[in-house]
Amino acid sequence: MADPTKVDPIHQFHINTLIPIEIGGYDVSFTNSSLLMIVTAVLAGGFLFIATSSRGTVPGRAQSIAEISYEFIASMLRDSAGSQGMKFFPFVFTLFMFVLVANLLGMFPYFITVTSHLIITAALAILVFVIVLVYGLWKHGFRFFKLFVPEGIPVVLMPLVVAIEVISFLTRPISHSVRLFANMLAGHITLKVFSGFVVSLTSLGAVGIVGAILPLTMAVGLTALEFLIAFLQAYVFAMLTCIYINDAIHPGH
Amino acid sequence: MSDGEFDARRRKLDEALTARKRQEKAKSGPATKGSSAGYAVALRLSSEFIAGILVGAGIGWIIDRLAGTSPWGLIVFFLLGFCAGVLNVLRSAGLVAEPKIKSAERDTDSPEGKQ
Repeated sequence: MADPTKVDPIHQFHINTLIPIEIGGYDVSFTNSSLLMIVTAVLAGGFLFIATSSRGTVPGRAQSIAEISYEFIASMLRDSAGSQGMKFFPFVFTLFMFVLVANLLGMFPYFITVTSHLIITAALAILVFVIVLVYGLWKHGFRFFKLFVPEGIPVVLMPLVVAIEVISFLTRPISHSVRLFANMLAGHITLKVFSGFVVSLTSLGAVGIVGAILPLTMAVGLTALEFLIAFLQAYVFAMLTCIYINDAIHPGH
Repeated sequence: MSDGEFDARRRKLDEALTARKRQEKAKSGPATKGSSAGYAVALRLSSEFIAGILVGAGIGWIIDRLAGTSPWGLIVFFLLGFCAGVLNVLRSAGLVAEPKIKSAERDTDSPEGKQ
């Protein structure tokens, strides 16, 4: 951005190659997105490791945050998938922490929001989808397909309903990933556009500075909303994962 | 402070905590629906709907490619995808019974779920 008054709201999602790597004709460079993902994993893992290392009976601040997040995910998983679902706890908890920390890290200026790229959220959603499919088929075999046959429908309507249910099942990874990606993308673009108004208006002189107060308050409010959405979307992502896992554990009736 | 007194205080605190938790639980139910921004709901519902159509059309297109039934596969599965999209939207808006309620009952009455 050569002109400081021109604001490009998409620029924040640009992937920059930090270390160019190429294997077999594929570009597998280490980018700013990869760096942020590693930071996310290290931060989430490191925090939980340090927070739980003291294991006090009376938890300190860090330990109670770790315990609250454990309780939060554990009760969510138990509520939606039953006590059998607890074997998926490490998976769901890792997903939740990764998405949450990635979303929150994205709130730092000059940090890329990794969850605002569809490829990242799609990879996570497809991972969930494949795990649900493989576990369901491995555990229940052919009975897993009962998931697509609702109870008490006439035989005549069966093919139609089953086809619709199968398509509905296949849309899960799409809506699962698009939901997180679109929320993060839209939120960050709105934030950037309003901040851009402030910058362009202040360059207009005294009248502009007075006029910039309105978008500035909007930007402040939106920042708070973005923090809420960062948490909410991580919660929604984990919640949907729990619901899908429930289908793998209890297909049919 | 004597042991009995300490126990009584702890019990009181426990009771207060459970009451508080129950209150929060009751509050958080409807609050999670209203607190999210309107555009989050819009994004959710539209992504559900569009995903249904995309997947339906995709399946139809693949069937046409494999079986050479063009354009019937695309037409039929596009319409089925539309139905699936509408079903998804109704489900995520909570207008069609979610399978979640059934699972909660199932978990309490099945003995294998207790392990």
